[in-house]
Amino acid sequence: MNRRPFDPRLLRRVPAARRDLALLALLGVLAAGLVVAQATALAVLLATAFTGQLDRAALVGLLATVAARSLVVWAQGAVSARVAATVKAALRADLLGAVAQHGPGWVAGQRAGQLATLAGRGLDALDAYFTGYLPQLVLSVTVPVAVLGRVLFADWSSALIIALTLPLIPIFGALLGWQAQAATERQWRRLSLLGGHFLDMVAGLPTLRAFGRARAQTDAVRRMADGHRIATMKTLRIAFLSALVLELVATLSVALVAVPVGIRLLGGGLALQTALLVLLLTPEAYLPLRAAGSRFHASMEGLTALDEALTLSGSAPPAPAGRASAQPDGPAEIRFESVTVAYERTTALRDVTLTIRPGERIAIIGPSGAGKSTLLNLLLGFVRPTDGRVTVGGIDLTEIDLDSWRRQVAWVPQRAHLFAASLADNIRLGTTDATPAALSAAVHAAALDEVVATLPDGLDTLLGERGYGLSSGQRQRVALARAFLRDAPVVLLDEPTARLDAAAEAVVLSATRSLVASRTALLVAHRPALLTDVDRILRVEDGRVTELTPVPAGERP
Amino acid sequence: MSERIVWRRAMNERIVLRLARPYLRRLIGAGLLAAATEFAGLALMATATWLLMTAAGQPPLDRLTVAIVAVRALAVSRGVLRYTERLAGHDAVLRLITDVRARVFATLATRRGDPPRSGDALSRLVSDVDAVQDLLLRVLVPAAAAGLVSVLAVGLTALVSLPAALALAVGLLVAAVALPALATALTRRAGAEVAPLRGALATDAVDLTHGAADLAAFGATSDALAAAGRRARRLARLERRLAALGFAVDAAGVLVAGLTAGAVVYVALGADVDGVLVGVLAVGTLAAVEIALALVGAARQWTGLRSGLARVAHLLAPGDASSETPRDSVSAPAVAPAPSVRFEAVTVRYRVGAAAALDGVDLELPPGRRVAVVGPSGAGKSTLAAVLTGAVSPTAGRVTLNGRDVSAYPSQELPYLVGGLLAEAYVFHATVRDNMLLGSPNADEDALLTAATAAGLADWVRAQPDGWDTVVGEEGGQLSGGQRQRLALARALLAAPGVLVLDEPTEGLDPTAADQVLASALAATVGHSVLLITHRLSGLAELDEIVVLDAGRVVQRGRHAALVATPGWYREQWVLQQAAEHGYLALSG
Repeated sequence: MNRRPFDPRLLRRVPAARRDLALLALLGVLAAGLVVAQATALAVLLATAFTGQLDRAALVGLLATVAARSLVVWAQGAVSARVAATVKAALRADLLGAVAQHGPGWVAGQRAGQLATLAGRGLDALDAYFTGYLPQLVLSVTVPVAVLGRVLFADWSSALIIALTLPLIPIFGALLGWQAQAATERQWRRLSLLGGHFLDMVAGLPTLRAFGRARAQTDAVRRMADGHRIATMKTLRIAFLSALVLELVATLSVALVAVPVGIRLLGGGLALQTALLVLLLTPEAYLPLRAAGSRFHASMEGLTALDEALTLSGSAPPAPAGRASAQPDGPAEIRFESVTVAYERTTALRDVTLTIRPGERIAIIGPSGAGKSTLLNLLLGFVRPTDGRVTVGGIDLTEIDLDSWRRQVAWVPQRAHLFAASLADNIRLGTTDATPAALSAAVHAAALDEVVATLPDGLDTLLGERGYGLSSGQRQRVALARAFLRDAPVVLLDEPTARLDAAAEAVVLSATRSLVASRTALLVAHRPALLTDVDRILRVEDGRVTELTPVPAGERP
Repeated sequence: MSERIVWRRAMNERIVLRLARPYLRRLIGAGLLAAATEFAGLALMATATWLLMTAAGQPPLDRLTVAIVAVRALAVSRGVLRYTERLAGHDAVLRLITDVRARVFATLATRRGDPPRSGDALSRLVSDVDAVQDLLLRVLVPAAAAGLVSVLAVGLTALVSLPAALALAVGLLVAAVALPALATALTRRAGAEVAPLRGALATDAVDLTHGAADLAAFGATSDALAAAGRRARRLARLERRLAALGFAVDAAGVLVAGLTAGAVVYVALGADVDGVLVGVLAVGTLAAVEIALALVGAARQWTGLRSGLARVAHLLAPGDASSETPRDSVSAPAVAPAPSVRFEAVTVRYRVGAAAALDGVDLELPPGRRVAVVGPSGAGKSTLAAVLTGAVSPTAGRVTLNGRDVSAYPSQELPYLVGGLLAEAYVFHATVRDNMLLGSPNADEDALLTAATAAGLADWVRAQPDGWDTVVGEEGGQLSGGQRQRLALARALLAAPGVLVLDEPTEGLDPTAADQVLASALAATVGHSVLLITHRLSGLAELDEIVVLDAGRVVQRGRHAALVATPGWYREQWVLQQAAEHGYLALSG
């Protein structure tokens, strides 16, 4: 994992943030200068006050520096928040763009969840990093330098002691391990997240209830939470101890500076104003270093999200295929030539050779996980053959412009995604210019009208995440309506009547029949009724495809 | 904002804090230590200033001795105090959290409704409980310390000069009351404005990733991408605007500190306060206002915690949580007697107006009878099991055990009469043994082995270095889906309730393994009442009855041989499953 406090990839990938980051550095310098100016003004003011007089110039100077510091603090906050917002927007666009570039095959499975979380709320963790940690990181460099310079100018022997003791903070920090401390804190967070199996127990509550153990487990929850508390306190003791050591190092360093100053003052060898300046400035030199160290862990989550986002969106997409201008138009023959598809752990298809003639309707059967869906994914261009090739009208599919090829394909997936949009927009996916007449024809053909009738706002009802939920069967019909509206020469159906009850199935079956009529169709079948109107039946098992010849029942083996 | 409204708004906090009563002394101790830490820091700067300014008058050294010792003591004690304060605070709060967790769990366990299911709701519950921790550690303790130090600082200043104390008091009021209130209002408003847009963006992210295939296949990716990009930029604009407003509070804090110090110097000098003390007051004022400004951060933190606290308070609110203390379940009878089960015209509707999940189902399960329920997904199979186990109440009709309504049985007793492997069986992050003993805590090694063998898990257990004591990972993570299912099945077989319900016992197993496991599990249940729910039709030949459900209604019933010989859903499905799994197909009878 990337543990650097600043990821240089950021400058390269989000150029829009460069100017603001430079501005942030400049503000850090300005802030350091104002810390010094304020201490100087206060020292003058108090040294004069010692004689019972008010130094008006010093008072005005103090108030002016305070006002300027307040402006700089505001600017630091506003600019760092601007960086955060810019970076988040840019990374979100990059991440979601990567999804489009890499294609659905890349997104599938766990990565989809990771991407969705990251592009959604995950990146918001960057706020703490940019507004909390980064300005402090700048200050931890500029303020000690400015303080050292000012004190050197006023009293070089004090400056020498500061210069010698200042490195002790990072040295001790490294020795005690800010990293270790951060890790401990993170572990603590994780531990408290697990909450001594609290989460486990709550998640398993239905099971506990089913066995009549729910009440009995309350004591167990308490016992485990108590054990968790003791373990947590142990790790915290160490973390707090290292913070204590750092604080003592800083305090003793300040004392090392202050004691000689006091003695010289007593002996009359130093002006009060200088002594006050040294006293006021010295602690400021050690503070930002410790503050940055202690804020590091709070920004870890943001850094992790940043690293993940930069890595995910930065991974190179597959070599872009040479775009062939040749475009198979009209009905074309589809051929699988010794196609093998191997995933990371399994081989989905082995050496499959297959010809699909235009207008042919083919049913595919086989146990789940045998590779049926992979056949469809190959034709959609979601998956590329590991070996062999798929051709359309004699042209290798990897050399065809996928967008224009997909325009000839309608797909009814096993579980269609419902978008957070109206039902109409969900059906018009990719055909936004469809006429209302075409839309209602598709709705009717997919036997969706009765569903529309029950929805609160009909076709305008919002669906998806924040909208109305549809049952699996209704969702299936939305997918069918999409396919009808697309009116493409090639139709790919993945178990189109799964999750439908018998009555709905009968309706959808006839809709499906009219959809595949006079088109090239590949349909993964799970019901015998789907097999009646097809030209051929293929059986996929363990990645191999065989032609199935129906035999009369009496001759079964 | 009137005080009454604040008080009512703090209702949730009060409910949560009521739990803190046993630890009140520890918490007050932590608060005092925190105040002492902050005060030591303030006193350190003030004393050091006094020391330097007095030294400038070149007095004899012994006039300074006490101050020198005090500075050293304060310097060291500040660090040590902070250390003890953090330890004491965390210890008290962690003890409290232990209580809160136990209470939340007990409440969820005794409540009849469903506990949160989705991963999202679960992790929210955990972070809600953590909000209680943050409320004390990051809001209340620092706020109390800042308040205490402020009062002390004003009091001490008043001893030197009343006008200066007045100036300090005004500055502290702005820093500790006005600015935190402003920060709260701004944070809340920002949250209200940003939240819907962030939610929309999260939805976009879900649509673009989980719907990536649909978008690509229909050529709609670029449109969706552009829309999401527009929304992300709009959010960025809003965030920039709100941040510029929010950081104005921090800027005001810096201004208040400087102005107060300037005012104190001006007023003190005007009141002829001794020059040394003017210096002490000025430096002390800067430190005091700095401490009071911590309340701005605490206020922001509090605003962020409120929704979580409200949810915890709602969960723990008296009236909602039954006050009865959780009792141990009745000990399991050695052999659960199988009750006689009757479904009489059972109808279940999850929502008014929705289609019935079960529609007038009749079913009889005398002791020792084994029945399978099959049908397409969504036909009502799992609802049938849920009604039988009392998790769902029938909308109409009734289910009786030995003639007595299921709902009449106490919830501790029911699991020994009806239960087993239910939908979404959970595997705990515990040893294999503990997972299996859940339903039968007193089972011996032989019983364990028998059940594991019947579920096809025994070989795997033997292959593990730790055997029965192998710890199963988070949510059964180190187990494959198949092994997890076998473990859940073994647990159900070991529990052996009067009526054994097996909901899709072979889900996630490949067909061959599924056939084997089902056969051995059924063999282990000869003579027991069994309700088997399955979508696969293999291995059902020896069952006493098979019920076919479709859209909540019983459409076919009988034994396997008879059903295969009759046209209908069962035969169609049987034919296709045979074809898919074995490669032959008989389309005509």
